[in-house]
Amino acid sequence: MLARRIIPCLDCDLAVPQGRVVKGIEFKQIRYAGVPWELATRYYEEGADEIVFLDITASSERRETMKSVIRTTAKNVFIPLAVGGGIKSIDDVRSVFKAGADKVTVNTTALKRPEIISEIAEEYGSQACVVAIDAKRRDGTGDGRVLVPTPKGESWFECSFYGGREFTGVDAIAWAMKAEALGAGEILLTSMDRDGTYDGFDLPLTNAVCERVRIPVIASGGCGNAEHIFEVFSKTGASAALAASIFHYGEWGVDEVKRYLAERGIHVRI
Amino acid sequence: MTIAVVDYGVGNLFSIYNALEHIEAGPQLITEPEDLTGFDGVVVPGVGSFGRCMRRLSRFEGSLRQALEAGTPILGICVGMQILFDRSEESPEEGLGWISGDVIRLPDSVLVPQMGWNTLSIKKEAEILEGISDEDFFYFVHSYHCVPEDRSVLAATTDYGLEIAAAVSRENLFAVQFHPEKSGEKGLKILENFMRFTRC
Repeated sequence: MLARRIIPCLDCDLAVPQGRVVKGIEFKQIRYAGVPWELATRYYEEGADEIVFLDITASSERRETMKSVIRTTAKNVFIPLAVGGGIKSIDDVRSVFKAGADKVTVNTTALKRPEIISEIAEEYGSQACVVAIDAKRRDGTGDGRVLVPTPKGESWFECSFYGGREFTGVDAIAWAMKAEALGAGEILLTSMDRDGTYDGFDLPLTNAVCERVRIPVIASGGCGNAEHIFEVFSKTGASAALAASIFHYGEWGVDEVKRYLAERGIHVRI
Repeated sequence: MTIAVVDYGVGNLFSIYNALEHIEAGPQLITEPEDLTGFDGVVVPGVGSFGRCMRRLSRFEGSLRQALEAGTPILGICVGMQILFDRSEESPEEGLGWISGDVIRLPDSVLVPQMGWNTLSIKKEAEILEGISDEDFFYFVHSYHCVPEDRSVLAATTDYGLEIAAAVSRENLFAVQFHPEKSGEKGLKILENFMRFTRC
């Protein structure tokens, strides 16, 4: 039986040599966590199922730094590595694969030019193309909006891009379905309302997407402890849970989270 | 003592190269069919569509067959396993046909692709599975799966709501649907087993 996956996420500031892992709260208030390849190696040794690197830098030298981060990590870490942030063209995609990435995650570029999803799928296979969606809960209704019952009433979810700095008006759930049709192999679904809050995953949002696509969904945003991961796996169809802060600051090891889940009947790789 | 990795222009060979280098297998990327001689073993990777892989691999068909007939151990990985079969529902191109059978799409009853870690059910002794047990997890990512006509080639299967061929072996020919180069220490163990077999 396929195991539910635990994926540590490294938000990387690449404006310094080697890069550094940082973590924000609701996409703001940045805190420093460590060196990317060192953290990745630690998580690999603890039993992480996959690692996601997200470039949150705005500087121009970042591309070379990200390549060197991936190259160094891939020498010692033998699990899938996904890389995202700042991927603008199929040439950017090729360059991260060449450095040793196994998957790319696209967000802003895919919203602006959805064909890039098909281009990646054609050249590297669907499994290599993860579409990242940053979703913000909104009140009210409107055309083309998928309404979701939430504790705060009926809501829809809006896609954000440029790292949460701008909004698109695009319905996040409808976009997930379109991304699947274009060839995405996976959806990385982040709740912007929960990100960095430690309040737990957004279950209604996660369920709404899982029920409408037939590709794996990675739940993200809000993980504060192992109980939250148990909750998202027992109450939604998410294939994987992504977390950052709980691993970075030593509150939980990946191995501890997995033991916690296994004891409660969740099938994980130990 | 070296292992050739057939670099026929599909996807990303960095991971498999890196893993083989890590276990000191002396990998060499081979881009020309005539250079595919004198190796202890050959790895045939593969990502993307069956048809695209076959179109690009076709110029290597003769030299790969020579290696197979000369008894050189060969390891197909992922789509590199699928192309050993006769044909695939994915593409009109014919496969190598070294193993009789079809490659078919995963049913609509499951999420496609299968993406993630799954355990094996070991069906027979095979050199590449030495030291591997039914409790060990491997990283799978695929939308199609192989159905061999002769089940005696099955070395291991995996359970994804249906039984899926995870590893096949026949004499010096081996193939795995999962990615040993991305399956942590147990995956490296499989590559080490293959390397050890090439040096027998």
